[in-house]
Amino acid sequence: MTAVPVRANEQKPAAKTAEKSAEKTAKIPRIAPNAVEFRLENGLDVVVIPDRRAPVVTHMIWYRVGAADEETGQSGIAHFLEHLMFKGTAKHPNGAFSERISSIGGEENAFTSADYTAYFQRVAKEHLPEMMELEADRMTNLELSDDVVMPERDVVLEERRQRIENDPGSLLSEALSATLYKNHPYGRPVIGWQHEIRALERQTALDFYQSYYTPNNAVLVVAGDVEPEQVRALAEKTYGQIKARPEAVRAARPAEPPMVGPQTLTVRDEKVREPTLQRAFHAPSSSTAEDGMAEALSVLADIVGGGSTSRFYDNLVRGKGLATYAGAYYQSSGVDNTRFVIYGIPKPGVSLGELEDEMERVIADLVEKGVSEEELARAKSSVVADAIFSQDSQQSLARIVGSALISGRSLEDIQMWPERIQSVTAEQVQAAAAAYLNPDRSVTGYLEPLQKKNEQDGKS
Amino acid sequence: MIRFPTIALQAIAGASMSIAVLVAEPAEAVNIKQVTSPGGVNAWLVEDYTVPIVTMNFAFTGGAAQEPAEQSGLANLLSGMLDEGAGDLDSRAFQARLQETNVNLSFDAGRDAFYGDMRTLQVNLDEAFELTRLAITEPRFDDEAVERIKGQVISGLNRGQTDPSEIARKAFAKSLFGDHPYGRFVEGTPETVATLTSADLKRFHGRVLARENLLVAVVGAISEAELSAALDKVFGGLPEKADLRPIKEIMPDAGKTEHVALGVPQTVIRIGGAGLKRDDPDFIAAYIANHILGGGTFSSRLYNEIREKRGLAYSVGTGLIPYDHSGAYVAAAATRSDAAGEAIDIMKAEIERYAAEGPSEEELRKAKAYLTGNYALRFDASRKIARQLIGIRIDRLGIDYIDKRNDLIEAVTLEDVKRAAKRLFGGPISVVTVGSNSS
Repeated sequence: MTAVPVRANEQKPAAKTAEKSAEKTAKIPRIAPNAVEFRLENGLDVVVIPDRRAPVVTHMIWYRVGAADEETGQSGIAHFLEHLMFKGTAKHPNGAFSERISSIGGEENAFTSADYTAYFQRVAKEHLPEMMELEADRMTNLELSDDVVMPERDVVLEERRQRIENDPGSLLSEALSATLYKNHPYGRPVIGWQHEIRALERQTALDFYQSYYTPNNAVLVVAGDVEPEQVRALAEKTYGQIKARPEAVRAARPAEPPMVGPQTLTVRDEKVREPTLQRAFHAPSSSTAEDGMAEALSVLADIVGGGSTSRFYDNLVRGKGLATYAGAYYQSSGVDNTRFVIYGIPKPGVSLGELEDEMERVIADLVEKGVSEEELARAKSSVVADAIFSQDSQQSLARIVGSALISGRSLEDIQMWPERIQSVTAEQVQAAAAAYLNPDRSVTGYLEPLQKKNEQDGKS
Repeated sequence: MIRFPTIALQAIAGASMSIAVLVAEPAEAVNIKQVTSPGGVNAWLVEDYTVPIVTMNFAFTGGAAQEPAEQSGLANLLSGMLDEGAGDLDSRAFQARLQETNVNLSFDAGRDAFYGDMRTLQVNLDEAFELTRLAITEPRFDDEAVERIKGQVISGLNRGQTDPSEIARKAFAKSLFGDHPYGRFVEGTPETVATLTSADLKRFHGRVLARENLLVAVVGAISEAELSAALDKVFGGLPEKADLRPIKEIMPDAGKTEHVALGVPQTVIRIGGAGLKRDDPDFIAAYIANHILGGGTFSSRLYNEIREKRGLAYSVGTGLIPYDHSGAYVAAAATRSDAAGEAIDIMKAEIERYAAEGPSEEELRKAKAYLTGNYALRFDASRKIARQLIGIRIDRLGIDYIDKRNDLIEAVTLEDVKRAAKRLFGGPISVVTVGSNSS
């Protein structure tokens, strides 16, 4: 769940300082400009991102299935399956794949979001064929026994305790999502509710696996010191041998009904030392937005609360401002509508309600008067710079491209992100704020200490 | 949600940056040049024009350990203040310049060194060097900015007072190092940070940021000549001499047990004791020994015993803590309160058994294969290369270390690792737990 949209890169030799301004108006860099895409006959989408600086490759397989595709009552199964995917196949039993990666000094991991599940290895380039063979093998041949499933379920319960239950701030975020989404499954925690994780079983995981793990429901991304044609040949030999199952595609998720009024919730915990507030607004994602709106929302998030020259920072944090921290982010990536979030921690002696009023005032001012050209230029320039910086890391490029493709966007769409950001106007930013930052259609969460609950009355 | 937690050693133990370097690899592409400016500032440079960006990492030896006890958190506060206004630019103006030119500039206080990290597009190189120069030579420490950043640090420390991992980290350091500077929390305490002033910042800045204790590494689209000129511009205004206080060597005082009560469902566990310093002849052997017991991969002994077989934890592992004036190790895990006793017993038994018996030939072979094969993965981005170079410089391993490093690993014998395992894990063990009292 990152607020960062996409970044990119450029091959142009840079100009001298004197030509700086000319350079800025010149060609806008693209994200992963040299990426190549193709599709195998069985429907597997493949993207290759060559980067020949080091003899290393990043190999990632992304499945178009995540926590938002789970059946009601089985929250956490997408993530649990992710863990179980390391438990082996007939050909490569439990631990053999990891053992092999370790023996060549490789790195591996996997991650799950509401929209996708992905697995990756980073290895010296000569080991790419073997990684593709092993990953293709576990796309269809996973074998699970209760001996390995049950301890792994305990591991996931520990993961939930570590990430969420030990931290009241995470409990607030979880509760906020559950309140923001009443009908759409984005309201469920990706890791699952504890009582539902406890009930997950071997067969539940296998059913989920058989429903979604198939080449026509996946995207392969290979970044690093490789030739696209070499990857194509290897992909055909490995993943290409797996039969497509056209039915193994997720269903559309139920849409969210309109909000009828502002909502609030409070998490109180004896461990809270710094009261915090978070407010979330429904917003379209870059996959669901009409033309230009996702770009405008990205620029808006930067101007409202993206850094130390943002509206929030200038008005709420600097000088006599009421906040120790205040910021905003927009989650651009998502199959369905996502969210725009503002948050703050008040200075000692300031109530959450007072800070909240000030945050509303700053946003109302922006909605009324719009943004300056200077603010607009600053927000845009960082997106263009990030496009170039991102070219430094094959791993982050692979992630940017994979997560966008899995949300239904095209490669070209991602590559052109900086250019589309450049074309955002001040009017569009103002219109985006007016359309989506409406307090009457938001959910606000408060994190408060146990003993001070009465002090926060009348917060809004 | 990711399957394997990445156990950052810094997060476990607040260890110094030098750890990152221990795992490096053969990198045919990494051609390091020594650049010395006319003014005598030295840097290691890896030229690479593939991507039009430049990364500069630098470090001043002498970090938070240089603080007086009552000013704990001063180096960390300084790291947050250098980009908060410098020269004629106040905080707002300085931050706006950084953003308009897309220069990423940040600082970080370690226990034994103070770090800087600058990254810029090649087109804005001159501006990036100028902003870096301003930040390190002419910081303003205006009252408004000092109060604001102090407020943010204190807010974080307040939150940390009920964060089980942070409590455990602090208690573990205190337990091993007591009143020594290594026993303090680098971020300080809410009380010490509240007393810090701009005069304190100026004094510390003047003492630690100097040319004689400066190390620089640069990677990216910049030539030797350009860098040579820039080094004097950026660092030439610093005083020649630092004013560093000698830090006492300390042997960690292990063998204690401490429990901090906190209402959380999962108990955080830190186990550890004395370790080896980076310049110890057995250090590479100890590094391999640690990898086998609880290092980074999913095949370590503790990973198998605690996570894989018993499902007792999501993250479990061990790490070395090689400070300049001491060495320690830590084993970390977190498990549900009612299983904490069982997890601790297993961890202690594994540590003791390993100290007594050492690894098998097969375990050593696998560890070597992983560590040597993995080294190249640390050099596939300019940012990562810069981090490796600065780490190698701090640890004084020599400019040819990258070429030698895998041979050093290969040369370690089973006997070496057994000896190192015994030295590392054979001493008294301290146990720190944070969680509910039922455990």
